[in-house]
Amino acid sequence: MGVVRENLDRVARRYRALPGPARVALVVLLVVLVYLLPLLRPPIITTNQIDFGGVMFAIAAFALVAVGLNVVIGYAGLLDLGYVGFYAVGAYTTGVLTSYHAHWAFFLALPVAIAVTMVTGVLLGWPTLRVRGDYLAIVTLGFGEIIRIAVTNVEWVGAARGIKDIPHPPNIGPDPEPPFGDGGLFTIPSLQWDGIVPSLDSGRETTFLVFGAVSAVPYYWLVLSFLILILFADRLIKDSRVGRAWEATREDEDAAEHMGVPTFKFKLLAFALGAAVGGLSGSLYASSQSGYINPQSFPLLLSILFVAAVIVGGAGNRWGAIIGGTLVAYLPERFREFADFRLLVFGLALMILPVYRSQGLLPPRRTIRARAAAEEIEHLEGRDEAPTEVV
Amino acid sequence: MNFSFLVNHIVELSITGLALGAIYALIALGYTMVYGVLQLINFAHSEVFMYGTFAVAWVFVFVHGTTSVNQTLGGTAGLLLLSLLAAMAMSAAIAMLLERVAYRPLLKRKAPRLMALISAIGASFALSELMGLRDRVVGWVGLRDDLDNYVSKARDVYTNPVTIQPQTVFTVGGYGVKDVDIMVIVASLLMMVALDQFVRRTRFGRGIRAVAQDPESAALMGVNATRVIRGTFILGGIMAGAAATLYMVKIGSTRQNAGFIFGVKAFTAAVLGGIGNLRGALLGGLVLGVAENYGAAIFGTQWKDVVAFVLLILILLVRPSGILGESLGKARA
Amino acid sequence: MNRTTRVWRAGAVVLAAGLALTACGSDDSSGDGSSSGGDCTEQNLAFLGALTGDAGALGVNMANGIQLAVDEYNEDAECEVGLKKFDSQGSPDKAPALATEIVGDDTIIGLVGPGFSGESLATGKTFFEAGLPSISPSATNVTITEQGWTTWHRVIGNDNAQGAADAKYLTDTVGASKVYVIDDAQDYSKGLATVVKDTLGDTAVGYDEIQVGQTDMSATVTKVTAAKSDAVFYGGYYTEAGLLVKQLRQAGWRGTFMSGDGAEDPAFVKVAGQAGNGAVLSAPAAPAPEDFAAKVKDDTGSEAGLYTTQSYDAANIFLEALKAGNTEPKDINDFIGSYSGDGVSGPISFDDKGDIETSTIYAYMVKDGELDTENPTAIE
Repeated sequence: MGVVRENLDRVARRYRALPGPARVALVVLLVVLVYLLPLLRPPIITTNQIDFGGVMFAIAAFALVAVGLNVVIGYAGLLDLGYVGFYAVGAYTTGVLTSYHAHWAFFLALPVAIAVTMVTGVLLGWPTLRVRGDYLAIVTLGFGEIIRIAVTNVEWVGAARGIKDIPHPPNIGPDPEPPFGDGGLFTIPSLQWDGIVPSLDSGRETTFLVFGAVSAVPYYWLVLSFLILILFADRLIKDSRVGRAWEATREDEDAAEHMGVPTFKFKLLAFALGAAVGGLSGSLYASSQSGYINPQSFPLLLSILFVAAVIVGGAGNRWGAIIGGTLVAYLPERFREFADFRLLVFGLALMILPVYRSQGLLPPRRTIRARAAAEEIEHLEGRDEAPTEVV
Repeated sequence: MNFSFLVNHIVELSITGLALGAIYALIALGYTMVYGVLQLINFAHSEVFMYGTFAVAWVFVFVHGTTSVNQTLGGTAGLLLLSLLAAMAMSAAIAMLLERVAYRPLLKRKAPRLMALISAIGASFALSELMGLRDRVVGWVGLRDDLDNYVSKARDVYTNPVTIQPQTVFTVGGYGVKDVDIMVIVASLLMMVALDQFVRRTRFGRGIRAVAQDPESAALMGVNATRVIRGTFILGGIMAGAAATLYMVKIGSTRQNAGFIFGVKAFTAAVLGGIGNLRGALLGGLVLGVAENYGAAIFGTQWKDVVAFVLLILILLVRPSGILGESLGKARA
Repeated sequence: MNRTTRVWRAGAVVLAAGLALTACGSDDSSGDGSSSGGDCTEQNLAFLGALTGDAGALGVNMANGIQLAVDEYNEDAECEVGLKKFDSQGSPDKAPALATEIVGDDTIIGLVGPGFSGESLATGKTFFEAGLPSISPSATNVTITEQGWTTWHRVIGNDNAQGAADAKYLTDTVGASKVYVIDDAQDYSKGLATVVKDTLGDTAVGYDEIQVGQTDMSATVTKVTAAKSDAVFYGGYYTEAGLLVKQLRQAGWRGTFMSGDGAEDPAFVKVAGQAGNGAVLSAPAAPAPEDFAAKVKDDTGSEAGLYTTQSYDAANIFLEALKAGNTEPKDINDFIGSYSGDGVSGPISFDDKGDIETSTIYAYMVKDGELDTENPTAIE
């Protein structure tokens, strides 16, 4: 396939050729590097005019959402245009439990938020997953809107005012005393670059480990940690019987059903798991830097961007989802100097991408193999062109 | 909950709801036809409609200037016809462009359906943003000052200077029925009958149905699928242009993001009636428009979209393929 | 082999392009914060608000006011002050990362903004915990100053003041006995409409909510006409306000239409057309004096608009603090707290919550298809 793929494959081959301990060391090094990225502030990729830590948080959150939605769209083949609804349910459950009606600790509210979102997913999926694919798209879109309008208008969840003062995750070390006491165990300065010469920037410090309002980096670390956890879980489940059942269902639902796969059950499972990850990211978002959510944060457009992230990356590939999420969250912030033209360029990019990479940037291996096989069959049958071209 | 209000004002709520629903229905036709032929959700169809609304306003500004005046429906009939043609031309052109740029390259490459959706989403963003940046765009070609009336404050709401003042035609149940509402309903019905007949009776319509049923067999029978697909987009565009004109008669203002909400509603209407089904789109649109008004009356206007979507979910539960549930291909002549 | 070279070459191109972009990008943010004398350290004011997007025009109005204040200050200042603008697009989601950038920038001594209430609520904690003083020219939500953020101030009357004045205007000046209250369910709108509704008491005969972006108001129109109301108060922004009054008039409703500062914009009249005539739009802001408007036009090349005067005043408070020799955030914050003076928008001093102490609400009239921005009536 493409250059990207070939190079990745080559990298993967070299990686596999390494002895075991070296592989572990390499992975650890890479992960550490990713964790430190907002402090290293490498030139070129660091955003200006907007805090790089905040952008990295947004990227990690988007990647997490994309990995969750990838289960629904990529694995199970269900087009969900209302994913923001789950995100909102997670965020609002957290807000209600920790601030608006009760004062639970964040890590107590988090599992409840995930569970509530999962139940919401089952409740929505139970009746609607029986309808055909494209109908599902509009039903989920409607669901996202229903959630948004409901939280805008129901006083019990703060209506248009939203929910304020959602507590942050617990700190490690002494609590800070704003506006002057820093708290935490120690502070980590970040780097600033003059060309390629780094130096310490004392103005941008991150306190380990204080979830305050001043630095977004701890939140980034938290989301990144969850992302890594979810990736492990995703890998386990994808390679299990469940993953194969999803694949069978996606490729040919009737055939899968005939082979004894309870397709409805597996679709519902994918829907619920996807919802749970959406709820997790929503919950993390609610307790992030500002500790403030309001209905405006959950527009329909966000659902569309989520879907775009998954498909741009390559539906069905978890790394593709991460790349897609990263691009969708990062590019508009990196190129802020285009200000007014950001969305226009984004739209054009979305139009151009499918023409050149019709499977997304990083399609799953099996899709590539399947496509190659299909092309071979067509070739053998002597039909090189699409039916539409035969006039 | 306020059922007595609904009962007391049922005539008024029904008629204004039908007028809105008729506009939904006209836009829904574009979604439904493209879906019937390609099995793709043309996400950018909302922008086709939005460009039509601007065409209408531009015609009025061109003739009247920007000073706002009141007019009756009869007083602007000529200008309305002219703007109808302009809107149809504009929307059809945008639809054609969309097919050429966002769809045909993908169909050629046999890209997965989801990718076509992404392309359409991208096209929708790009078209909407282009309208919102039109002052810059004309600035690049040096026409910024000449076209000031058409492009200034590009992201802001843009209004038809001529306000059409509705007149009461007759009174039913204490409510004076307005000529504008009647015109909107009748005009969209006419457009829809015309389209229905076109698809059922003409050679080209037969081509559309053939491709919708089975593209490969249609190709074997000598149907030029590329042409049929382009024609389908253009027909949808023409309908959206008509919808845009009626919208501007009723509402009078538009904006670069005005298409989005109407697009979502129209798509809902198409699914409600049974996607791929022309008569279903009509029925779906009308049901949706009326249901929204009733819902607004009972629960409060803020809940009207919720009413619309809940209705959709309920109907899909009972009839999983929409109210009329027939595909475009099966529409018998 | 061949492939490798190509990849490297592509990488080099991307790298170069990135470098070029970084170079362009950093120009506008760091360029203007120059210092003239040798003893000067770079100091900047920051602006946080919508500069692009659908509410971008308002943010540009604000930025122009600040720019004028800064330019006037720099004419005879020992150490020049720069202005760094941060575009939030009005979104509470984007604002926190921008706020973090602002508080991480040591050269920034104060913030004019945030522009809107949502982003104020989303960033207030960040500015407070970092100890950066801020003065908002336009965020009117009542709850912001109830958070205990001692660094947060505003030079505009909050929604309580405006809502109470609007209700009074409807009953006393208009003489309305049945007012229908409508809003668009946004934070600002609902806050304002609720104050009006509560102040009116029994005079408010009905209440409905529409949605932002809604264009067909027929159900709401039916409700208003059915209630036989003689006035409508709408909390929301000019687009929906214009469409609402137009559709009310088309249905033959003849009462008085009133709305707040969200609708106080010439675009309201554009949308409403002749139907806008007789509408009353309130705002906690006097029109920009003529000579001030001329100065803005001279300095920035754009017209003064809504919130330009408030932004100018807010920036001037910071600049006066600098003139008085304050450079530490805490000193500047204390200076603001005890500030008292006359701005172009009116007399300015803050109570201990950071709200402006005296604000006059003005009623602007729409006559003959135009919003009369010159001669508002002060609501006593």
